[in-house]
This record gives sequence, C-alpha cells and structure tokens, in this order.
Amino acid sequence: MGQIFPRNANLLARLSIFAAVLLIVELTLILTVYFRSNYYRQINVAIQQPVPYSHQLHAGTLGIDCRYCHVSVDKSYFANIPATETCMTCHSQIRTGSTKLTVVRDSYATGQPVSWQKVNRVPSFVYFNHSIHINKGVGCSECHGKVTEMPVVWQPQAFFMGFCLNCHRNPENFLRPRDQVFNLNYIHPANQVELGQKLVQEYGVMPKTQLQNCWVCHR
Amino acid sequence: MQSLRLGNFWSVTRRLRHGWVILLAFLLGGCHYDLYNQPKDKTYDPSSFFADGRGSRPNVPGAVQANRVQTDTYLYTGLINGAKADVMPFAVNRALLARGQAQFNIYCAVCHGEAGNGQSAVAQRGGIIPANFHQPRLRVAPLSHFFVTITNGVYRGDTANNGYQSMFSYASRITPEDRWAIAAYIRALQLSQNATLDDVPPDQRATLGQ
Repeated sequence: MGQIFPRNANLLARLSIFAAVLLIVELTLILTVYFRSNYYRQINVAIQQPVPYSHQLHAGTLGIDCRYCHVSVDKSYFANIPATETCMTCHSQIRTGSTKLTVVRDSYATGQPVSWQKVNRVPSFVYFNHSIHINKGVGCSECHGKVTEMPVVWQPQAFFMGFCLNCHRNPENFLRPRDQVFNLNYIHPANQVELGQKLVQEYGVMPKTQLQNCWVCHR
Repeated sequence: MQSLRLGNFWSVTRRLRHGWVILLAFLLGGCHYDLYNQPKDKTYDPSSFFADGRGSRPNVPGAVQANRVQTDTYLYTGLINGAKADVMPFAVNRALLARGQAQFNIYCAVCHGEAGNGQSAVAQRGGIIPANFHQPRLRVAPLSHFFVTITNGVYRGDTANNGYQSMFSYASRITPEDRWAIAAYIRALQLSQNATLDDVPPDQRATLGQ
C-alpha cells in the first residue's frame, strides 16, 4: 500500500497544531467579548412595557419627582415599582378614556398587578442597596442615565463589577450634594474632587479600604 | 489491515488516551448559572409557588409595622375625639419645615404647585382644578385638616350620584411624621402668601425688593 500523503504534509500537520491553539484562543476571546457586549446584555435597548408609560413626559416635561412614584428609593434597598394606585392617583381623572391606560384600569379594578418588565438587572449575588447610595449623595443618573429623556426606559450601561468599583475606589469623584441627587441633569463641577472629599467627610462615607471589601456588595 | 484498525478503535488504551474528552465534557457540564440566577425570589420576582404568581406576598390584614405601634392617636389620625385640631403633635423647628418643604415639593407640588396656588403643569395639561391653599376656607382650617386630607384623600360629590375620589390617599407613600411636616409647611406657605410689611423684622425691611 502506497503513501497517501506526500512528505511535505508533515508541515501541514505541524501548522495545524498552531492553528488549533490559535482557534481556542480566538474562540475564548470572541466568546468573552460577546458575553460582555452591550448586544448580549441588552444595554441601550429600550425594554417594551405592558403600558406605554413615558418617563420623558412624566418626569421630564411634567417635572414629577422620581420619588413621587419610586417612594421607597431613599428608605429601602429597592426602588419600588409604583402600585397601580399611584398611576390612578392622577389617571382616575386625567385621560380616563385613553386606550393606552386600559391595562392600568384593569389592574386597578381586579387587583392584579401590571407585569412591568425589569430593565436594570444585577446578578443574584449582588446585594445593591438604593437607600444608602441616595443618602450618601450618589445621584440617580450615575447609574440610570437621563431617564427624563427616555420615552421607553433602557439600561444605559452594563453593571459590571468594574463599574461599581470605579466609584467605590474613588467616591469623591462622583458624590454630589444631597439636594442634587434627584437632578438628572446635574453636571459635576470643575472642583468635583475637592467637593467630593468634603462630602465624603460630611456624609460619613466608609473609608475606601472598607468600601472595597467583598462583603460590602456580596453576602 | 483496515478491519484490524477498526477493531482497535474501542481498545482500552485508546479509551484511556481520549479520556480527557469525556473529562472536559463533564467539566463543561458543570458550568451553570445557579450563582448568577439563584433559585430565590427577589423583590417583584414572579413565582410559580403561589397561586397568584407573585413572589412578594401581600401584607397579612392587621399587620403592624415594626416599631410603629400606633398609641399616639392624634399623631396617626389627626383627630382628637373625632375633631380636627389646630396643634402639632410634636414640636416644630426649622429642620422639620425644611423636611416638609422637600416632601411637599415631591408629592403635593405635582398638582397644587410649588406656591400652593393650585397651578401646575399637571393641572394645566390634565384639566383638573386642585385646591388653592390660599383661599379663605383653607386659611382658617385647623392644621390637622391638611394631615387628615393627605391621609384619607378627598371624595367629591355623592357616592351614589357620580361621586369620585378627586384626591387619593397618600398614607401609603408619606409617613405620618412627614405628613405633619407637610401640614406645617402648608401653613408656612399660607403665611408667606398673605404677609404684610409688619411681618418683616424692621432691620430686614431695607433688603426687600433687592
């Protein structure tokens, strides 16, 4: 039986070893980039809700404060989704015939909650607490962006650990006075670091060494 | 020759040599999202365990919030023997009025306007007429009238004859202490809109209009 492969096929065999290694590296890189991508994580993608509620109209044009609906944001670890009763506070009188509000009226009549879709997601092993951030001078827009300009809300950035640590390592770069926390158009002043260091002292923010402990966010 | 090689395919040495493939399969099979998506109900998570499909359970009727035993009836109802009164259940200071102002601007100014005159973007756009706090009826109303209204809301007209809830209760959204702070701030607003030159301390009068 004669040789199937010519002698120079040995080179191909050796090259294919390198190709295989390269392939594994490339696959790893591609998968890493894919799973970290905004595409996979649905960042900047507006999440359709059962009710065409517009933050742009309510919080932007009409200027309703975040806390009018998200009451518990400065008192509790979670920012509550408003009860249907909160919608009906106004919409029992305003736009009572609107078909866009049918789901809300049905929910109020039957007591079954509106199935709002979650927009901002963190993994189960992250124990994020809204109230501590609000009360220490972290503005809503640092994480949520300008919600007042979103007709349908999207998550403006991925919440990787690096994003959290960016602030936990240097809180003075991000803190603002408490009365500006709910101002989504707030622009950090030129002397932000100086102001931030003053606020860190004033609001009693944890020392940086503690702020970066695992147990701060993970239990 | 070829048949012999095929026979070798399942030999023990060959199986050992390629055992790593099976090992890798087992290792990859161990990859899972249990830590990322833990089998627990977080706030608002749906649940197939309960009949209504909600992970968060509604309050049991009659449940009392921790440290909120309502022994001080005036603080929680604004009524003394069923009647409204013109006193605060606790002392008023500058910090309380500031708190009242902040809460007023969140929950009340939406309709009643920051000046409390019943004019606001929502009222204009929605075609509703919220109460003006500077009308004579409300200027002489006892202080707890505002507390009771925030707590219970306002019902207009007859229940049987096209009556409707013109203002909903804010009891679930504003704590009793903050409701009192708002009531105190409304009184301050009323005074501010009906002030005369005599209310300004003499040494401050020169700064007016500046």
